[in-house]
Amino acid sequence: MSIIDSAKNAAQGLVQGALGKLVPLAPDSWIPGGLPDPLIARKHGLIGTPVSRLDGPLKVQGAARFSAEVAPAGMVYVALAYATIPRGRIATLDTQAAEAAPGVVRVMTHRNAPRMKPPAVFGSSPTAAGPSDLPILQDDRIHWNGQPIAAVIAETQEQADHARSLIHVTYEAGPSTTSFAGAKANGAQIGRFMGQPLRNEIGDAEAELAGAAHRVDHTYRTPRHSHNAIEPHAATIVWEGDMLTIHDTTQMVTAEARTIADVFDLKPEQVRVISPYVGGGFGGKGLWDHQIIGAAAAKLVGRPVRITLSREGVYRVIGGRTLSEQRVAIGATADGHFKAIIHTGTAAMTPHNAMPEPFIFATRSGYAADSFKLSVETVKMNMLANTFMRAPGEAIGTFALESAIDELAAELGMDPIALRIRNEPDKDPISGLPFSSRHIVEAWRSGAQRFGWDQRAPEPGTRREGEWLIGMGCATGTYPYHRMPGAAARITLTRDAKAIVEIAAHEMGMGTSTTTAMVAGERLGLPLDRIEIRYGDSIIPGAIMAGGSQQTAAIGAAVIAAHNALVAELLKLAGNESPLAGLSVDEVGSEGGALVRLDDPACRETYQSILARAQRDTVAAAEQASMPVEAMHWSMHSYSAIFCEVRVSAITGETRVSRILGAFDCGRILNPQTARSQFRGGIIMGLGMALMEETLFDERNGRVMNANLSEYHLPVHLDIPEIDVMWTDIADPHTPMGAHGIGEIGITGVAAAVANAVYNATGKRIRDLPITLDKLL
Amino acid sequence: MTPFRFARAADTADALRLAAGPASAYLGGGTNLVDLMRETVATPGSLVDVTGLSNTVSPTESGGLLIGAALRNTALAEHPAVRARYPVLSRAILAGASAQIRNMATVGGNLLQRTRCAYFYDAEGARCNKRAPGSGCDALEGFSRYHAILGASPACVATQPSDMCVALAALGAIVHVQGAGGARTLPFTELHRLPGDTPEIDTVLAPGDLITAIELPPLPFATNSAYRKVRDRASYAFALVSVAAALEVEDGRVRDVRIAFGGVAHKPWRALTAEAALRGGPADGPAFHAAAAAELADAQPLRDNGFKIELVKRTLVAVLGDLGGAVA
Amino acid sequence: MEITINGSTTALPQDPRVSLLDFLREGLHLFGTKKGCDQGACGACTVLVDGERILSCLALAVQFEGRDVVTIEGLSAAGTAGGEGLHPLQQAFIGCDGFQCGYCTPGQICSAVGMVAEAKRGSPSHVTADLAAAVTLTRNEIQERMSGNLCRCGAHNGIIDAIQQVLSAEVLS
Repeated sequence: MSIIDSAKNAAQGLVQGALGKLVPLAPDSWIPGGLPDPLIARKHGLIGTPVSRLDGPLKVQGAARFSAEVAPAGMVYVALAYATIPRGRIATLDTQAAEAAPGVVRVMTHRNAPRMKPPAVFGSSPTAAGPSDLPILQDDRIHWNGQPIAAVIAETQEQADHARSLIHVTYEAGPSTTSFAGAKANGAQIGRFMGQPLRNEIGDAEAELAGAAHRVDHTYRTPRHSHNAIEPHAATIVWEGDMLTIHDTTQMVTAEARTIADVFDLKPEQVRVISPYVGGGFGGKGLWDHQIIGAAAAKLVGRPVRITLSREGVYRVIGGRTLSEQRVAIGATADGHFKAIIHTGTAAMTPHNAMPEPFIFATRSGYAADSFKLSVETVKMNMLANTFMRAPGEAIGTFALESAIDELAAELGMDPIALRIRNEPDKDPISGLPFSSRHIVEAWRSGAQRFGWDQRAPEPGTRREGEWLIGMGCATGTYPYHRMPGAAARITLTRDAKAIVEIAAHEMGMGTSTTTAMVAGERLGLPLDRIEIRYGDSIIPGAIMAGGSQQTAAIGAAVIAAHNALVAELLKLAGNESPLAGLSVDEVGSEGGALVRLDDPACRETYQSILARAQRDTVAAAEQASMPVEAMHWSMHSYSAIFCEVRVSAITGETRVSRILGAFDCGRILNPQTARSQFRGGIIMGLGMALMEETLFDERNGRVMNANLSEYHLPVHLDIPEIDVMWTDIADPHTPMGAHGIGEIGITGVAAAVANAVYNATGKRIRDLPITLDKLL
Repeated sequence: MTPFRFARAADTADALRLAAGPASAYLGGGTNLVDLMRETVATPGSLVDVTGLSNTVSPTESGGLLIGAALRNTALAEHPAVRARYPVLSRAILAGASAQIRNMATVGGNLLQRTRCAYFYDAEGARCNKRAPGSGCDALEGFSRYHAILGASPACVATQPSDMCVALAALGAIVHVQGAGGARTLPFTELHRLPGDTPEIDTVLAPGDLITAIELPPLPFATNSAYRKVRDRASYAFALVSVAAALEVEDGRVRDVRIAFGGVAHKPWRALTAEAALRGGPADGPAFHAAAAAELADAQPLRDNGFKIELVKRTLVAVLGDLGGAVA
Repeated sequence: MEITINGSTTALPQDPRVSLLDFLREGLHLFGTKKGCDQGACGACTVLVDGERILSCLALAVQFEGRDVVTIEGLSAAGTAGGEGLHPLQQAFIGCDGFQCGYCTPGQICSAVGMVAEAKRGSPSHVTADLAAAVTLTRNEIQERMSGNLCRCGAHNGIIDAIQQVLSAEVLS
């Protein structure tokens, strides 16, 4: 076990231990032993009504200011030069011509960069955000093809870019592993995700498989993917004395600020990260080398710095989803009962990061079976650190698992939906925990009806219109409910009955700022136009990472806690002259801009009245969310049933998705307008993954060869049919608002649904993504 | 981007004068050249903007059309005479790039766009004989999905990426060039060259030569023409393969035919072998298959592009079928 | 050497390397036009020049002497009689949720404006069945004509809905 792993396990052990001790003390009503969040019972308020994005007018006018759109006086621009070998040392690095070029202020390399600690790698502590634990511009060593080796700082971007091309570097190559086969030959290790081994065994799955009446056993392969947010990574960075301010585009303002403070040996309060708008994230907008290089450059030249990665730079510096090779084997009885589920395989990572793609997660709680054998092994390659990308694990894991189930259904001659329902578990098959809320069967039934699943021809390759072969496929999607510790909220109520809600959360387009305003308004009993949400700033208390689809729950829990604290403050202020005198926090609620006695709604006093009598302009309360103990008592997940119709050209093998429906079971939907977009957006990324996306990594030297948006194909408008989405809208009684996060569930299951539809259309089973036309000729 | 001088040409003579020095380049819409300059693949010392030169479409004495090289791609695609008489050309242009790019790109510039080979583009990290003669070719054993199956050499396996050029090859267009020695014309199919040992040279043009116009000869049966492009997504992607064809059928037999392929070679590939095999023969599926097979007989696949041989055959057969042949 | 941006005339940059996009953003601080790829592959930088949509990242600013450029900032003002409020397309993008992160949005909207003008003058597209017939902006046609504008959040349906909504409103009025 590496030093990183040990440290990570220790940190994780502490957190788990603390959680375990806290269980009996659970303070909030929706967690074990209590009542559901009272907001779930409110059926006619803001929650559940479609609300247009509150930041919409700014965004459609191009008036929302992203991180590269802040322009402090005296600002200089940075251009990065990148290594062209996968491993070794810099032999010579000649920057003279670059330094002499017009407009150049300095050229920063490992020789003159400020001394900085390596960032703490993500997961090694609750506030660690580093992509890896490698030092940045501190020595002459090269760890991946594309590593930044120099930063040109110039008066204009054009000058910096040109001078960058004048840098001359030679290398001493070291031994490297840049092929997946080579990495596997070097040996594999069991993957560890957040300290826990990615391995589960129940019974003897291999023996059960061998003895099963029916079985499938195949290998599925998924390639590297890049997030490719349309906004490239960019930061505008200002030092004022020892105070560092970073205008960034990030999913983790708080952890990033803490990690950068450590890198520069600063106190946490000396670093502020501000990120009001993120132009797409998907897991890729965290802390990478460029923010640290930018801060170092600003320090070196004593001027504000703008560092914008070129699109090529994004591919060289920002890791993506790694590649995988997965075996899925299922053994079943003649009537479809699963005897064994085996899901094992290998994913590549680097010696310096902490992200084994956990592709077995969906399989852990997907289906009942008599035996299980699940594991993720990792192999090490010399490449840019891979990272989280929308539904890490589940996105590619469901491709393998849900393809295999379709293969088994064909083998059994069963309808694939019936086969899935046949193996629906009554509790989590691995952990044994009860499900908090699982209505996937309802999603399957309502989805099948709306989609017209009964029109599917059971025999593949039998429907044709002209040159187009038509097929239907389906798959289950799933993603866990997460809520991470550390969230907090501060609510400030003003005398004119306005509430300012501050959360250290992020808006990358999920609609978080709008939905948070809706939920806060509902909880505080105030209309939407009386709520102001402030977010995306590390000086706000608490830490709410936009990851793991956890923001909605984390914010919800933090607002519950802060609201409770605010009510206590208001009751104190209300005093003996208030009709609420003598009542405790548990006896009152918020409604219509007032505190209201729960068992006698006529007994009430408005916020304005309380503040006026107390002669106060504002009252504020900040509170931490309760610990996320709910996830220790229940197996908590979101689900989807994905239905897809494809048309495959019998001439060219081109595949077009003509219809797709997602039926979701994700707790209560807070804002149908933005939720629909989240589901559709995930499905569209899934369509890209199914049909066209692949980061081309040249295994000869570890270089990404399609570092652009021309040859890395994202779906275009013409690729995307009208996407139908529906949801059960059944509240999960064990979460704030009864809601689940929905940012990642959309992508899961989609690639399998497409592959299964392609099989139904053509009779060809494609087990290697993407399903490009050459595989269907 | 390397610093350069910029000048705007008032007329053809002015353009030639301004571009007389070494390391000069003509600038059209910039949709390819500006990108290449940003990647430091192209480093001209001076740019001569020729977008102000002729952009008209006028009839020729022989009954064809003369198209000014500064005409934008969109304008050419939507020109009524082109749509009516040479639909394959409209179709090919509309299949290329995006509307924004077609609004910028000029006809002359489209002819001279350079390959999309990833190794050609990676000026810092890859070897490429086209970009740096003699350095080697990393595409030969690398990613080659978009690379040539016909006419390649050990020095270079790149493809010419234009859609419009495939139609021009099929139509037998004529290129009007103004050079130091005066004006001349050449058949379009002789403009681009195969890589051989000198892949750094894309065309037969000499330094300073300016394409002033494209001439479409009269070709009455081109009213029955089509372009089919096969790509990795539904729109806005370069061709894996494409087929431009015009077909004239009389009494079930091929009276005349024009065929060109895109995405398969260092130049738009005029399929003369297939044309010869078809002319005078039956306009039916077996004949189309045989002609396609004859044209692809010498195809040489690389690691990633063997599928193109079958794909281009199938696409050709489908296009000819659509144009009025009976597909058995 | 001057250029007109959203109705105001301004001097062009001295350095011919400056793209129209960088001139707008860094020179004039008109940050509404977005840089997505700087390679001509995403459409985020789409602006209107003399009414035609182009990619400002591939355009050298000096090439546009004397031309009339409209960016997303100019569209709001042009959208209503009073010069205030939103262009109908901007309004429809909000109502149809035609964006999530909002980064590709100005390019999508400018592109849609240019697209409608192209269709009105009868310019065909790759999916137009009959090159001789009048153009009807079906959903399929709009999708093809907007394919030069990438969106990674996956707001494709909302974007096309918004454009269709404005077009049908135009037909009704």
